[in-house]
Amino acid sequence: MTVSSDIPDTESWFHRNQQRIAPWLFLAPGILFFAVYVIAPVFQSFNLSLYEWDGLGEKTYVGMRNYEDLYWEYVDRDAFFTSLKNNVMWLFLYLLAIPAGLFIALFLNQTVRGIRIYKSLFFFPFVISQVVVGLVFTWFYDPNFGLLNTMLGWIGMGPINVLGNEHLVTYGIVAAGLWPQTAYCMILYLTGLNAVDPEQIEAGRLDGAKGWSMLWNIILPQLRPATFIAFVVTIIGALRSFDLISIMTQGGPFGSSRVLAYYMFEVALSEYGFRMGYGAAIAVVLFLIMLCFITYFLWSMYREEKGH
Amino acid sequence: MFPKPIEKQSQAAQVAYKSLLPVALAFWLAPLLAVALFSVKPDADFTSGNYWGLPSSFEGAANYGQVFFNSDMPRYLLNSFMITVPTVIGAVALSAMTGFALGIYKFRANLWIFFMFVAGNFVPFQILMVPVRDLTLELGLYNTKTGLVLFHVAFQTGFCTLFMRNFIRALPFELIEAARVEGVSEWRIFWYVVLPLMKPALAALSVLIFTFIWNDYFWAVVLTQGIESQPVTAGITSFNAQFRAAYHLMSAGSIVAALPPVAMFFLMQRHFIAGLTLGAVK
Repeated sequence: MTVSSDIPDTESWFHRNQQRIAPWLFLAPGILFFAVYVIAPVFQSFNLSLYEWDGLGEKTYVGMRNYEDLYWEYVDRDAFFTSLKNNVMWLFLYLLAIPAGLFIALFLNQTVRGIRIYKSLFFFPFVISQVVVGLVFTWFYDPNFGLLNTMLGWIGMGPINVLGNEHLVTYGIVAAGLWPQTAYCMILYLTGLNAVDPEQIEAGRLDGAKGWSMLWNIILPQLRPATFIAFVVTIIGALRSFDLISIMTQGGPFGSSRVLAYYMFEVALSEYGFRMGYGAAIAVVLFLIMLCFITYFLWSMYREEKGH
Repeated sequence: MFPKPIEKQSQAAQVAYKSLLPVALAFWLAPLLAVALFSVKPDADFTSGNYWGLPSSFEGAANYGQVFFNSDMPRYLLNSFMITVPTVIGAVALSAMTGFALGIYKFRANLWIFFMFVAGNFVPFQILMVPVRDLTLELGLYNTKTGLVLFHVAFQTGFCTLFMRNFIRALPFELIEAARVEGVSEWRIFWYVVLPLMKPALAALSVLIFTFIWNDYFWAVVLTQGIESQPVTAGITSFNAQFRAAYHLMSAGSIVAALPPVAMFFLMQRHFIAGLTLGAVK
């Protein structure tokens, strides 16, 4: 092992350039997979959104017509803007998971006996699949026997059909989504709280800070990395919402709980039909919304990389 | 520690806190407890309207037996395992290499390739849907587990690379330099020096990816169709169609479908949380 590095002339070209070539060899399989299945499809979808295509026959170039159809809602009345509006609702309401998670984390950040088991059980909803969460909440909301209406009955309120009411349905589904998402934010904050500097807390106590002012001025600034990640995963989660809608309402009643992700699937693959180009146009809109956030996340990461 | 430790407060506060914990937990898990209750009830309770009372007889064994021996559920569970396990192996293997390359070597494109993986990891699934489905059809892999595995491996490589690269960055770089001075080849450095140090990251990622893939629903619906390839998340809808309105069986089925990641979480809790909260602490 000691000989080779001392005698450069006898080394092969590969050996001499090893450090320049090695990273590319290590990267090659990963980049190949990622390029074929993730990067290229993004551009293919952009291209496809300019065509009309049923998934089997010939593609017909239609320019921007898919986007015009979307904007003027020529094809599906009220579908696009309802979805867009619901996406915005999802985005804002889903962010409630962050303060809710912080609240539960503060509640559980103690050292009493058995607290570890409590923490795990509170985290539980995040581990089960959204499909099961969706089923569980569909039954929870059921107007005939659901736990929600049984509990409302105890305090003398009439049964409400959350998932059958077009004004309530999105709130109902977001509430189901908040359940696992809050658990996720909670675990992020529990980890963050664990690492809070005890000396700063002591110093704060000496300065007379407690309760809210302590939380706001001393604890939260130290929780910034946790908050950033909670923000990233919650935004992405909100814009990805698909499973719950598909399981709980299939976009109904009357399309009132659709979001762009679900609407796109409905247009391109469900029984309504194989309008691939039109679906791609919806996906592009969703992608552009996401891109604003992705750019912001990457920019934050870039600043941090340069800061180091 | 914040908030103030409860032991340093009055006796009354301690008692209140300790009794509040189980109540809060019961509320938090109420929807799930309801399903667990349903899953051990006999069919008769539902027809007689006894939804929330105690089960008139304990039928847990019968209900779960029905799920395991008299439905397609075992088949779907097996499919889920055959999709999830190869994906975990593939994604972790690929990203150990990409993470090593991006974490150790300094070259101009480094940060841009890293950002490509990170950005790709965030894109909405829908923008990939039609082209990926087409590609899978062309490869003749539509409605096969392999088709699903290939896509999952590729997509998860994004997140895994982010994870691995940041983990490797935190390793002591002197070790690698020392090995280079010794003339150890780059591949051997990867295999004998870095990989053994990455065990915690490999464990954490494996548990996380297992859970993510097990719980995937969207791609299962897009790339598979029938019982021969669908994982349990997609299969449960056909299961529920088979047992329509048989709430005791649907509940038992849902619990069975949810169980493997739950078991994984409780067995590997430390790794799971370490993986999920990477970066939450500076």
